[in-house]
Amino acid sequence: MKNLRFLLFHFKKNPLSIIGLVIIVIFALIAALAPVIAPTPEGQFNPYMIPRDGYGSTPQPPSDTHIFGTTQGQYDIFYGVIWGTRTAFQVGLVVIGAVLVIGIILGSIAGYFGGIVDEIIMRITDIFLAFPPLILAMAVTIALGASIESIIIAITVVTWPSYARVIRGDILAIREEDYIEASRGVGASHLRIIIKHVLPNSIYPIFIMASLDIGAVVLTAAALSFLGLGVPEGYADWGQMINFARNWIVGTPTNTFAYWHAITIPGLFIFFFVMGWNLLGDSLRDILDPRLARR
Amino acid sequence: MEFRSYLIRRLFLLIPVLFGVTILIFGLLQLFPPYQRAMLYVTDPRQLSNIDEIIELYGLNAPVWQQYFTWLGQVFQGNLGWSKVVGMSVTDAIINFLPATLELAIFATPIIIMGGIWLGTKAAAHKDGLIDHTTRAGAIVGWSLPTFWFGLVLMMIFYGYFRGLLPPERLSTAMSVLVNSASFTRYTHLNFIDGILNWEWRVVFDALRHLVLPVVTLSVVNIAFIMRLMRSSMLESLGRGYVLTARAKGLPEKQVINKHARRNAMIPVLTVSGYLFAAIVNGVVITESIFNYKGLGWWAWRTAVQLDVSSILGFALFSGILFVLTNLVVDLLYAKFDPRVRLGGGVK
Repeated sequence: MKNLRFLLFHFKKNPLSIIGLVIIVIFALIAALAPVIAPTPEGQFNPYMIPRDGYGSTPQPPSDTHIFGTTQGQYDIFYGVIWGTRTAFQVGLVVIGAVLVIGIILGSIAGYFGGIVDEIIMRITDIFLAFPPLILAMAVTIALGASIESIIIAITVVTWPSYARVIRGDILAIREEDYIEASRGVGASHLRIIIKHVLPNSIYPIFIMASLDIGAVVLTAAALSFLGLGVPEGYADWGQMINFARNWIVGTPTNTFAYWHAITIPGLFIFFFVMGWNLLGDSLRDILDPRLARR
Repeated sequence: MEFRSYLIRRLFLLIPVLFGVTILIFGLLQLFPPYQRAMLYVTDPRQLSNIDEIIELYGLNAPVWQQYFTWLGQVFQGNLGWSKVVGMSVTDAIINFLPATLELAIFATPIIIMGGIWLGTKAAAHKDGLIDHTTRAGAIVGWSLPTFWFGLVLMMIFYGYFRGLLPPERLSTAMSVLVNSASFTRYTHLNFIDGILNWEWRVVFDALRHLVLPVVTLSVVNIAFIMRLMRSSMLESLGRGYVLTARAKGLPEKQVINKHARRNAMIPVLTVSGYLFAAIVNGVVITESIFNYKGLGWWAWRTAVQLDVSSILGFALFSGILFVLTNLVVDLLYAKFDPRVRLGGGVK
């Protein structure tokens, strides 16, 4: 609780983190109100599929019916970016939740018990960390087939090892504290010690760090769907919308920026979403790193 | 003596990791049906018509552990299968596409490292000044930019608006004809270097023109990363006793920063070079796919999209092993040059 107040105090002093928070709140509202802002057309079964207006390939400029215009294949950009916000939060939250659960379980087992168990778990993380993350994520995504779930699983697979390692390190440091020794002395079980004493003292910075990684996770997910892997065609996803626009960077002979909207609008959504998390993170990291906070 | 035993220990520890890497790749492979897995054993296009024979020959319906050893045997012989997208074996494809990617990395890596160190030093030396705030804002923006989108916007401006000023791909049509002609010797397959060696300045110029946007795209995000790291490490270094001593004995500020503080602050940058390597490989896939720059990343992207299993897994295996070796070299250098690293316990 004292930590939280300390955090809030520094937080309020830093205008950048407040801007970050505002950006994230706006995106959260967009995601929550998606059905109101961009209502799904009558008779459409899955709201995450972007409605199309015809099948022509050339993107159409913004108009009254399509306020952000349409992209290749006449997918409505406005609908796509609004529902894409939901996709982004879904991917970000589920991945971070999953890596926290896996990281906490494996990391605390490795750190608390040490010895051979620790050695095995750490060698497994070494193997996963032996790949450039995007490459491994690409391989996992195509192995699982095209769906948003594949992207979520793929990013979880490449992210959990670093969490497990960080949590293990923190727990190793705490394990030797006197109060752990004391509870062991009065006969508390391993599970009770881990849950009641070890985790509460190590987990709080990790939760914050993890939530700030949502931006990075969404960026990776967008990169995968930009590459044409992962989501099915027409799924409301920012990365895929940029993929649709990639053939339209050269405009018409009279107007070189004729298709700017198809590229720029979904890109700005990703950019601001990720920046919101990074602005929040940049100051929080300084606050949480006591070596730097003193300066 | 101590270093040598550390080296031997590290090389020994490499074996389980490399085995683990092959097991992970093989595990992923099991998610594909046999007729796709068969592509990993093909060495010649004529075999493509007899996939059933290959399934039979390599026992692709046999128990998994048996298949693993058959596959590992093939890998040790350098046979990674057939890349149907480019119509050559995976090993040949890697050899074929590597120079283009190297050319990109040769330009981007020094820019990332030197640019990041330089900006980070400046920011720390002027903490809370204008430079610090500008670079901080720049880092946040750079760090948040989706690389793939940034590259497209650059191309929209420098290729679309300026009518082909900085084009995609590796060379213009005329120059690639020249490069492939009999009078042009391809010493390294790096267009830039071959151009110089052949005294063909048109090739050099054309290669550079095609490299500008990919290099910028690849560098921006990573410069932001190195810069932030360098800034915090530099701040820590500036607060140390040796900096105080240097200042107290009246050294000029420039010398204090560049010699005493910066040299010590660069160690964390060295330790993340493994991470940087991974970031560049990741970036290469995206950058090359945007600019249709036909290197390893482009190949990995095309093969992934077309479910060319043998290629994408071959590439994953190749980049994984390369990454493990890079990390090993970094750790060894670190141990060799930083006397504070205790070799015995492996604690850093």
